[in-house]
Amino acid sequence: MSETQAQMSMNENDGNKLVYKTNGLNLWYGENHALKDIQLHVVENEVTAIIGPSGCGKSTYIKTLNRMIELIPGVKTTGEILYRGRNILDKTYPVEELRTKVGMVFQKPNPFPKSIYENVVYGPRIHGIRDKKILDQIVEKSLRGAAIWDEVKDRLQTNAYGLSGGQQQRLCIARCMAIEPDVILMDEPTSALDPISTLKVEELLQELKKNFSIIIVTHNMQQAARISDKTAFFLNGEVIEFTKTSKIFSNPSDKRTEDYITGRFG
Amino acid sequence: MKLIDHSKVLNHMKPRLSFNVFFRFLFLLATLFGLLVLGILLYRIISEGFPYFDLHFFQSLPSRHPEQAGVYTALIGSIWLMAVVAPVSLILGVGTAIFLEEYAKKNAITTFIQINISNLAGVPSIVFGLLGLTVFVRALALGSSVLAAGLTMSLLVLPVIIVASQEAIRSVPKELRQASYGLGATKWQTILRVVLPAAIPGILTGGILALSRAIGETAPLVVLGLPLFLAFLPRTVFDIFTVLPMQIFNWTSRPQEEFRALAAAGIMVLLILLLLLNTIAVLIRNKYQRRY
Repeated sequence: MSETQAQMSMNENDGNKLVYKTNGLNLWYGENHALKDIQLHVVENEVTAIIGPSGCGKSTYIKTLNRMIELIPGVKTTGEILYRGRNILDKTYPVEELRTKVGMVFQKPNPFPKSIYENVVYGPRIHGIRDKKILDQIVEKSLRGAAIWDEVKDRLQTNAYGLSGGQQQRLCIARCMAIEPDVILMDEPTSALDPISTLKVEELLQELKKNFSIIIVTHNMQQAARISDKTAFFLNGEVIEFTKTSKIFSNPSDKRTEDYITGRFG
Repeated sequence: MKLIDHSKVLNHMKPRLSFNVFFRFLFLLATLFGLLVLGILLYRIISEGFPYFDLHFFQSLPSRHPEQAGVYTALIGSIWLMAVVAPVSLILGVGTAIFLEEYAKKNAITTFIQINISNLAGVPSIVFGLLGLTVFVRALALGSSVLAAGLTMSLLVLPVIIVASQEAIRSVPKELRQASYGLGATKWQTILRVVLPAAIPGILTGGILALSRAIGETAPLVVLGLPLFLAFLPRTVFDIFTVLPMQIFNWTSRPQEEFRALAAAGIMVLLILLLLLNTIAVLIRNKYQRRY
């Protein structure tokens, strides 16, 4: 990212609360330099979209934000990611603590092979909440929040694998909300869904941003344009442009962004 | 210009189809051969052993007189042996599998351990018998006891259980682990609540098949010095005992015709025990089987 852009995004963010501040993040998969000097700030209660062609590092970046990237062997990082002022790349920051604040929804719906109820209470249970009444309330609140309550309220004890793909993904969002996180990371959450389910998830995002800060990786540029407040364009592991969504799609300042958005490559 | 001459293709059709039929019968024949041998074996055992296969046979101690002899001590001994082998081999085997799959870093040392475990599965059982004799019977002075035999048999089936459990753990989709980690679960919570429940059918199936092997093994027990004739039951795991295969071995080595029939009846008991174990394995697999 060029200096003027960095300046600009700093100015835009004046007076807003920052959830994530990424300063000079570099990441290597073995010898492969996958993220180069990333500079990116995420504002509270906004939807931040990350777009870019396959292999540009957008999934890698979002997985770094809750350190899921550590599951891949041979990953090295430098630089810092401040979450609410604390560097999460510092090994003394317990990753389990980070992930209770930062939830994640994955590309493929991945409910547990358990009942719908058990799926939602999984997070609260592992954090030590055992009171049945509270768990019941969490289940209803989360499923309502994920706009799936009316569809499943009569079959909470049935296996989650009986749900359709779109319902499973909303269940996964509910499961993520059940731990009452501060941020929700979404890694292409609609890429495995049909258009109607996609629409439902997108509508849901508009509701969710009232209570959560959302960072979403998407392949679908229309989706980024529809749902996000800010958009970051990644290319070859670099942030080419990061600004207001309305600006990036109407008047991008970098030629490469324009080429990508108008479909000339990627 | 066409590169394929269709009249040649048609000419080639007939041999292709007849080969198709030929191989089908070849494979059917291979299957039938095994079934036939098994059928003959079962027929001989049942026709010989059936006259002795009654309640008296189950309740009686071994005896010099064939009409009085029974499998009581051997059957109870086999159950004692299982009571030691099942917990020891399952706890050690599943624990090792979890460590290798979930905790151990993939490096030269784990690869070396892995190769050795697979190799151990192919080591002749008599070698395990010699190991048991040296370590458990002599060095630890356990004698030809239930415990010594149980630990030897546990070592014998351990590689099979480890490999089967590893397979089961590995086949749990990584998306499920990610979902758990993503919610802030620790590694242990993920193993306990996600990985093991999903892997349990595979682990138990492998475990029970390994137990069926332990129940039929004779060679290592001969080396351990288990008695061929025993007229009392073990009271603790430190007592001397005998098992079904030893009893059958004893009877087959007797000159009298009647004892061979007794051996056949003993084999029937052993087969029923194996069948029971395998049925349990199948039932467990069907009950817990899930698709992902």
